[in-house]
Amino acid sequence: MPKKLLEIKDLYVNAGDKEILKGVDLTINKGEIHVIMGPNGSGKSTTANAILNNPAYTKMGGKIILEDTDITNLKTDEIARKGVFMSFQLPEEIPGITVSNFLRYSKNKVTGKPIKVFEFKNELKKHMEELQMKPEYSERYLNVGFSGGEKKKNEILQMLVLNPKLAILDETDSGLDVDSINIVSKGIEMYKNKNNAVLIITHNTKILHSLKVDYVHVLINGKIVKTGTGELASEIEEKGYKMFK
Amino acid sequence: MKTELDEINRNIYDIKNKDDYDFKIKKGLTREIIEEISRQKNDPEWMRDFRLKALETYNKLEMPTWGPDLSELNMDDIATYVRPKTKMTGNWEDVPEDIKNTFDKLGIPEAEKKSLAGVGAQYDSEVVYHSMKNELLAQGVIYTDMETAVREYPDIVQQHFMKCVPVTDHKFVALHGAVWSGGSFVYVPKNVKVEIPLQSYFRLNSPESGQFEHTLIIVDEGASLHFIEGCSAPKYNKVNLHAGCVELYVKDGAYLRYSTIENWSKNMLNLNTKKAIIGKNAQVDWVSGSFGSKISMLYPMSILNGEGARTEYTGISFAGKGQNLDTGFKVVHNSRNTSSLVNSKSISKNGGTATYRALVRINENAKGSKCNVSCESLMLDDISRSDTIPVNDVRTDEVEFSHEAKIGKISDKSIFYLMSRGLSEEDAKAMIVRGFADPISKELPVEYAAEMNNLINLELEGSIG
Repeated sequence: MPKKLLEIKDLYVNAGDKEILKGVDLTINKGEIHVIMGPNGSGKSTTANAILNNPAYTKMGGKIILEDTDITNLKTDEIARKGVFMSFQLPEEIPGITVSNFLRYSKNKVTGKPIKVFEFKNELKKHMEELQMKPEYSERYLNVGFSGGEKKKNEILQMLVLNPKLAILDETDSGLDVDSINIVSKGIEMYKNKNNAVLIITHNTKILHSLKVDYVHVLINGKIVKTGTGELASEIEEKGYKMFK
Repeated sequence: MKTELDEINRNIYDIKNKDDYDFKIKKGLTREIIEEISRQKNDPEWMRDFRLKALETYNKLEMPTWGPDLSELNMDDIATYVRPKTKMTGNWEDVPEDIKNTFDKLGIPEAEKKSLAGVGAQYDSEVVYHSMKNELLAQGVIYTDMETAVREYPDIVQQHFMKCVPVTDHKFVALHGAVWSGGSFVYVPKNVKVEIPLQSYFRLNSPESGQFEHTLIIVDEGASLHFIEGCSAPKYNKVNLHAGCVELYVKDGAYLRYSTIENWSKNMLNLNTKKAIIGKNAQVDWVSGSFGSKISMLYPMSILNGEGARTEYTGISFAGKGQNLDTGFKVVHNSRNTSSLVNSKSISKNGGTATYRALVRINENAKGSKCNVSCESLMLDDISRSDTIPVNDVRTDEVEFSHEAKIGKISDKSIFYLMSRGLSEEDAKAMIVRGFADPISKELPVEYAAEMNNLINLELEGSIG
């Protein structure tokens, strides 16, 4: 019997006056990798942002349940502390705080207990090696002057260090070259276990070739119009989204 | 969670001592009052005449017609001289208990032990403690209060006193010339490198009074020095006035770093004047942190008189509710191949106003000079203000000049990003503000950098509504 991690029920979300999500239902169990695909503007990123309750979006109806907790209206930081992580499509640059200091601070906040400096540094170093990041990046200001690819790797690094229950990857693969996509995929594989889950949001399929995907959901015009297995992604790759119109 | 605090508990800064003085001049500004101050201070004749002439200048000059509104300042309500109940001493144990406690809490004696080569401490109008390590004494370094300098080094003082900043500069410098009291005098002989800093700390305890300390520093050829000044006061309901004056003479090949952390209470009008005259291949670096006061008008100035002279200004100001901090930097390039570098940051919140006001003048004779100015402002809400008012007067083509100004707000996207990593909204804002200030806090003396971070935390608490 699979254990439910996240359940989205009949979710309606507006951005300003504009209706974006029009009744989304989605259930993610522990140990699963889900993918939301869809054309530009279909509401993929809105779904990710709504789970973390980004105040830039307004929920008009529906519920989001994480394990047994209703997180629909919790603050973003509370949701993060309950174990939800999002890799941003466009990670913010924060001058004046180093990657290392930021992540240690964040790890303390997410786990609610202080981590020893030495232990943390070792863990960070290990993950940076796995992601083929140069060690000096840990002492650079958070995302400042990072290339697009470096920013995305830095998001995956944060995912590995913070070790959430649910990792949402919003267009993490976009703008990456093949090598970087492989490294990101490797990062996801390292993170993944039977007690957590991944929700990948993408509009292309490259990243899906090297991952074992359980479910693919097709989001069009604010609704999930089809759910299938990994094969659905290949079908979309071949035929495009027009088959759902 | 949503409580809005008008006044942040500034804890140690706000501890008031009883207004217990040896002598407090009556309020106001008349010839008789100036003569009385001069008598109380045992001035030599030249100094008494100097004060009276400065008063005449003061009466002739107009209030500034620009900048913050100073209409609440009425000199009839201000006592310009308050002598504490103690004599200047070189022995900490001799400082009276309540004054000693104040400076203890501000960490002054501890800093002296740990990281300073000498310390001066002024309480109201007089310096109550001054000391310096013996090694420096042996090298011929002079570090003492201004009164002692007037008495013991009359020639050198008379040659320099208010020559760099003449009393005709503006009204509050004229006021300073008339009522000045206390401050520090430093002389570093040729080629002497003072490796660890000297620090003077100024504390104004007496209500409805003013502090007018005079700092005169001469760094002789090839010598170097780091001088730190700190200032604070407890809060009263009526206006207090600070009109100090700093004159720096930095001779050929010499180096001076002048660091200031100003944390006056929020009833203080801080109208301070600082200027440096810089010789050939010499350098002055200003590091300035302005956090307190109700109104500040503070524009340190470097005059690059010698070929190859250099100056840097690194400044940060933090304007909260009811504060108008008008700060900046002035530089005159007056010789070939001189250079200046300005890095200014300001933060405003809760309706505070932070203005960067600056002057860059590059004279015809300053060919081959360089000037790079960068100023950034961060506003934490919609009711706060930030302005940049640069005046650039470049009179020769053969220069490199750049000016970059950025005014911004904390972006909601950045806050969301940090909150998605488990930081509360308050933590996220504090992290962004600290990050913004970081390049400047790195330049501050270590204990002050920590203090600045505490202040940012203090100031941000309760600002989230």
